[in-house]
Amino acid sequence: MDRMQVLLLLAMALFALGLTGVIVRRNLLVMLMCMELMLNGVNLSLVTFAQQTGTAAGAVLVFLIFVVAAAEIAIAIPIVLVLVRQRRTLDADAYMDLNG
Amino acid sequence: MIDTLLANLDTALLFVFALSALVGAVLMLVLRHPMQVAMALISTMVFLGGIYGLLGVHFIAAFQVLIYVSAVMVFMVYVIMLLDVRDVSFTRRFSHWLVLGMAGGALLFGALAYGLWFGVDQLASTTVSFGLAPFAAAFLSEYWLHFELTSVLLVAAVVAALAVIKVSRRRDRG
Repeated sequence: MDRMQVLLLLAMALFALGLTGVIVRRNLLVMLMCMELMLNGVNLSLVTFAQQTGTAAGAVLVFLIFVVAAAEIAIAIPIVLVLVRQRRTLDADAYMDLNG
Repeated sequence: MIDTLLANLDTALLFVFALSALVGAVLMLVLRHPMQVAMALISTMVFLGGIYGLLGVHFIAAFQVLIYVSAVMVFMVYVIMLLDVRDVSFTRRFSHWLVLGMAGGALLFGALAYGLWFGVDQLASTTVSFGLAPFAAAFLSEYWLHFELTSVLLVAAVVAALAVIKVSRRRDRG
């Protein structure tokens, strides 16, 4: 098993762990951080593939994902703040009436 | 012995960094307080930055530390300190989707690893690491449209954040 396969395996593990965290944890902020972990896993796989092909497309995508992550946090944090000001809790189960 | 270790130092460091990043990601699932989870995520991100540095893409390693650790995670830690409320999600960490979520995550990882094992076995073993100059030239000549769309996305994010704050303020008043 060479190092590229190890890195791809790590990227998959990070993505799967992040998705599991989003489903399993109750705290809203922890769920947000698990989403960041998923983005990090995707970034690692993109860098690994870019290293193999030697093209710049993978690195460009990594930069776009950086920007998307920053924008996502900039939107998600005010939403969490508004929710917490209404119900005074970070528990995701307290917002069950939002599920339509 | 030491000579072979020094010759394979970067591979050994790569494995150590990968293992540490994985440990940090697992800790994120089991730790209780959001601040501890944030510290675990920061360690994972720093180790990933070390992996990028070892792969030869130093500018991505620098941006990983600059953008993720210093911008995004400092913002996150600040909000955790701001919302330091003791609530039920601290004492009961997991939702009632625990078993289903764990099974789904394991299934996803199994499917991805199966695809890696049987699908991508013709991975090239030569690694070409490109520097900042060809990346910058490609970024601003080939991918300029994506770059501009990124700025549109950022403006939309700023407007949306302002709108969220304004909605909550109006609700407070009325």
